Amino acid sequence: MQAANTTTPDERVRREGGLRRLLRRPEMGAVGGALLVWLFFAIVAGDSGFLTLRGAATYLEVAAQLGILAVAVSLLMIAGEFDLSIGSTIGACGMIMALLAVDLGWNLWAAIGASLVFALLVGAINGILVVRTKLPSFIITLASLFVIRGLTIGITRLATGRTQLGGIDETLGFDSASAFFASALRIVDPASSRGASAEFPISVLWWLLIAGLATYVLLRTRPGNWIFGIGGDENAARNVGVPVDRIKIALFMTTAVAAWLVATITVIEARGADVLRGEQREFFAIIATVIGGTLLTGGYGSAIGAVFGALIVGMVQQGIVFAGVDADWFQVFLGAMLIIAVLVNNFIRRRASQAK
Amino acid sequence: MSTSTPVLEVRNIVKYFGTVIALNDISLRLMPGEVLCLLGDNGAGKSTLIKTLSGVHKPDEGEYLVEGKQVSFDSPRDALAHGIATVYQDLAMIPLMSVARNFFLGSEPTRGWGIFKRFDVARASQIAREELNKMGIDIRDADQPVGTLSGGERQSVAIARAVHFGAKVLILDEPTSALGVKQAGVVLRYIARARAQGVAVIFITHNPHHAYPIGDKFVILKRGRIMGTYTKAELPRDEMIRMMSGGEELDALEHELREFAGK
Repeated sequence: MQAANTTTPDERVRREGGLRRLLRRPEMGAVGGALLVWLFFAIVAGDSGFLTLRGAATYLEVAAQLGILAVAVSLLMIAGEFDLSIGSTIGACGMIMALLAVDLGWNLWAAIGASLVFALLVGAINGILVVRTKLPSFIITLASLFVIRGLTIGITRLATGRTQLGGIDETLGFDSASAFFASALRIVDPASSRGASAEFPISVLWWLLIAGLATYVLLRTRPGNWIFGIGGDENAARNVGVPVDRIKIALFMTTAVAAWLVATITVIEARGADVLRGEQREFFAIIATVIGGTLLTGGYGSAIGAVFGALIVGMVQQGIVFAGVDADWFQVFLGAMLIIAVLVNNFIRRRASQAK
Repeated sequence: MSTSTPVLEVRNIVKYFGTVIALNDISLRLMPGEVLCLLGDNGAGKSTLIKTLSGVHKPDEGEYLVEGKQVSFDSPRDALAHGIATVYQDLAMIPLMSVARNFFLGSEPTRGWGIFKRFDVARASQIAREELNKMGIDIRDADQPVGTLSGGERQSVAIARAVHFGAKVLILDEPTSALGVKQAGVVLRYIARARAQGVAVIFITHNPHHAYPIGDKFVILKRGRIMGTYTKAELPRDEMIRMMSGGEELDALEHELREFAGK
């Protein structure tokens, strides 16, 4: 009887259409949204360059840097926590690289390694504070947002008297580091008769790599299942033996490492560091994650959703430039989109989980 | 293990909360495959007793034995490792996660090794379905979110999970109180199945109609003390209903109400 039951599907399982099955995935709202946004700008700004390969390269570059953050943030948010300190961590990591490599003459790779250690430390401290004090991570990381930014500005000014440092391109190891973090892939546009081409930054590859890794962890590993469990009901998860504290600390370290990667990419691309770099990135990452269908309260979401969330934000940010609208209006679009996305995602989730 | 060794036994347990004596001189014996119904009014100490048995509280005095060996639990996790599983009323189930993922949370089956060790999702779904079938729970699809199940089905999944992971004693905290008649029947049937598999059950309920058909033994708790332990043969249904619903107090109340209304 049991064997029969496992091999033949229950007759009460209505054969779900492919569409309905797909709708159960948390990221479906964002995939549809990305399609709509693309269509919108294809119509509005299609003849001013949005549809060209170069147009795609510009919005993908924005989406990639944001997406690296958003993927890490989505893991943390599925586990029910926030990290507001990533923007400041980007600024601090970049400044550490520049101070060590430019001012102290370190090899750039060593400076990158040192700032990675710093990022891991920031993540660990955030995580340990959240786990030990049981305060909301919103409060803990709001505090570290200001502490880290303040320290970055203060120490940089004390050490150099400035708030910006250039000259990264003259440091040892710049060429190899540049190949790794800031090179570009030139792709020739097959649609263009004059052989026009566009440069796609390597950060797009980093973004997709991290998204793939995060998706694998979430859906196909034990810690992935624990992340969902912790976000759904922390006490229940703890009672069945999930190492809640360790997972949370690891996730805070993951978001900090994502910030470090973005810092490395921007420092090398811009050939310098700025104490204010990364400001507001934490909010953009949360927006991309929420647009991607991850529940603000945890327990539900996906890394692929964060990828599409970041893509939407990137397309809107660059699309309105192509459309000839002043870039000042971007934030208005972003805020409105956030509300719409949450409403749509709520609707989809309710339909998916009420399938009785 | 001889059949005469109780799977769970407590002797003269006392629990204080500050100056309050929450449990006073509690002794219980539970044999494998036995259903013990714990009855009592609000504030009788039922919750404290469950929490003490399930490892949330430590008793201040008395002995706690599992299969004849003395134990002292530091956490519910610790109790679970000794085979004492508690299914709480507010379920330890995560509504947006699938049945299979809930079932195996914390004990996921894996395949591969090293960094390639991964959560065997297909096997998890299959085992979850099989185990639920064994308990007579016919789940439609192990990949559907727990939130789509009815309250009775959720309770049943929680019970099946505890049994699958080797629970010897199942503590059920009012599993039927929030359920309709039919669903409560479903849960009672699963309790009977668990008992048939040799699992001992401590069943807490307010409802005599749920307790009487399933119980082998009845323990009445009042003001932190055991007022009596009865086997089914010693306790006729009407008497039990009377005791559960407050017995003499109800008689007194009835008398008072009659005086108030009457004359």
